[in-house]
Amino acid sequence: MNEMWLGYCAAGLIGIGLYGLIVNPQPLHKILAFNIIGTGVFLVCAVVARRGAVPGMGGDPVPQALLITAIVVAFAASALAVALLVRLFEVEGSTSLDEEGASAKADRDERRA
Amino acid sequence: MTTPGGLLLVLAVLVPFVAVMAGLVLGGRNAERVALATVGAGLVIVFEIARCLLATSAPVVYLLGGWAPPLGVALRADGLSVVMMLAVGAVIAGVAVYARGDFGTSGGVRETRASLTFWSLLMAAWGALNLVFVSGDVFTLYVALELLTFAGVPLVCLDGRSDTLRAALRYLLFALLGSMVYLLGVFLLYGGYGTLDIAMLGERVGASRLTWTAAALMTAGLLAKTALFPLHLWLPPAHAGAPAAASAVLSALVVKGSWFLVVRLWLDVFPGVVTWSATQWLAGLGVAAILVGNIVALRQARLKLLIAYSTVAQIGYLFLMFPLAAGARAAHVDDTAAVTGGMLQAISHATAKAAMFMAAGLIYTTLGHDRVADLRGAGRALPLTILAFALAGASLVGLPPSGGFLAKWLLMSAAFATAQWWWALAMLVGGLLTSVYVFMVVMHAMSTPEAGWAPKRTVPGYQQGAVMALALCSFLLGAAALFPPDLPRVGRAHVAWVAP
Repeated sequence: MNEMWLGYCAAGLIGIGLYGLIVNPQPLHKILAFNIIGTGVFLVCAVVARRGAVPGMGGDPVPQALLITAIVVAFAASALAVALLVRLFEVEGSTSLDEEGASAKADRDERRA
Repeated sequence: MTTPGGLLLVLAVLVPFVAVMAGLVLGGRNAERVALATVGAGLVIVFEIARCLLATSAPVVYLLGGWAPPLGVALRADGLSVVMMLAVGAVIAGVAVYARGDFGTSGGVRETRASLTFWSLLMAAWGALNLVFVSGDVFTLYVALELLTFAGVPLVCLDGRSDTLRAALRYLLFALLGSMVYLLGVFLLYGGYGTLDIAMLGERVGASRLTWTAAALMTAGLLAKTALFPLHLWLPPAHAGAPAAASAVLSALVVKGSWFLVVRLWLDVFPGVVTWSATQWLAGLGVAAILVGNIVALRQARLKLLIAYSTVAQIGYLFLMFPLAAGARAAHVDDTAAVTGGMLQAISHATAKAAMFMAAGLIYTTLGHDRVADLRGAGRALPLTILAFALAGASLVGLPPSGGFLAKWLLMSAAFATAQWWWALAMLVGGLLTSVYVFMVVMHAMSTPEAGWAPKRTVPGYQQGAVMALALCSFLLGAAALFPPDLPRVGRAHVAWVAP
């Protein structure tokens, strides 16, 4: 029963993250939303580990090992995304992913050149 | 059991990553030398793997640490992996020769950060691709795909302009969502079947709601990474904004990594589970990609964007093999034609698209711009490169004797053999649209420039040679018909297709 509630929590987290990723235009919000999805997915993995446990053990060790690897990979991905975002802010002074303003600026530059 | 030659699989993955480390430690000019030496060594390793596979006609296997699945991790190379590894090796070699012109550091010149980054990432992408091709379990494949993404994203923004940074960030967000969704599918599969090994999963999976959910999640995640329509929005700005050599790697190779994984899943893990209508939907998205990509490519004013949209269209062709292979299996006939056709399409597109992006780079250097309507003079300054562009274009269109022709021939014969004529129609219309923009570019490039016109810069001959070599690879790939067509099938078990 306990695991089932954890499963519902995982589904909820994934849903919240997906909503944030799709609806929010700000890249930093998108990166955070990605991390919430990640938490949900990792919770699914933890539930899998608990359900696959042999009697006398807390959990199946294979998913736990996968979980650690996946957390490291997701952490590296977030770091790369934030680094790109910081660089974009340094170069342009804003962090919008919106193409409109950018392409207008490129056109202006081209006409000037 | 580790087979003879199994250690070569480890080397194929490890050697490029060692080159990344060595390049970073030795720094600057040495990164280029290390990378070029590694290209030679890596090609020898791949040829050796191919020889081992052909000698034994069984997959080359290596068990990491001697632990057998389901607890351990196996590296496995069958015919599909080996043909992809050979193609990737050839393209990487061509790109490396070409990139010496853009990212090489000759004596007396201070090395730049972009060149060090480029050579490191080129090697990282190669190692990650080799890992994708030889991984025997779905979780290692996840790690390999992430490595490939981490190598690909910085390649997009090598020059550090704000629009390329934006394209890179957008690409990364798409890729991260895709890999998270894929990972969820992996965990569900482990929860249901207690193994991650592809061969074991193929035996154990049954048609259940869990399997369908996992298959749908994994496929959707991979489609976002492969940029199949309608998830292609990130691709054109990312591929068109990168430097030419980086665009060649991204467009020719990086998208093939996640596509290869879809092939693995649908042919090896879920062959008894995917339904007829699922394959029709997947290939239907492919047809939409062919039509939308080609028509949007026709409307592009800039050459690199045109080529990038052409990639969107060509990715569509790669997904036509699934209903054809499924149809063949449902009729209890051999699906070799469909599978070989799909692999050939991937290889001929990889070589042709690398040649086209590199040709576009040379045209940009020579003219100082890449506006399609303004290409006059390119034919006079770069006759060999325009010829290479035309040959690569002919392969995309599917003119004989190109690799694209043989691929479309095999796919079409599979389409007629399984009574699915509509896919053949889509291929013909796609080929016609492709021929229009290839012809348009070549025609503009061949028109006579005004008197007194001179190119802005001359490009070295070896760069033109590299472009020509890759274009010829693609154009002459049709000669593969002369060899036994079953190299992709070597070392693969026949899996019976369960009719829905």
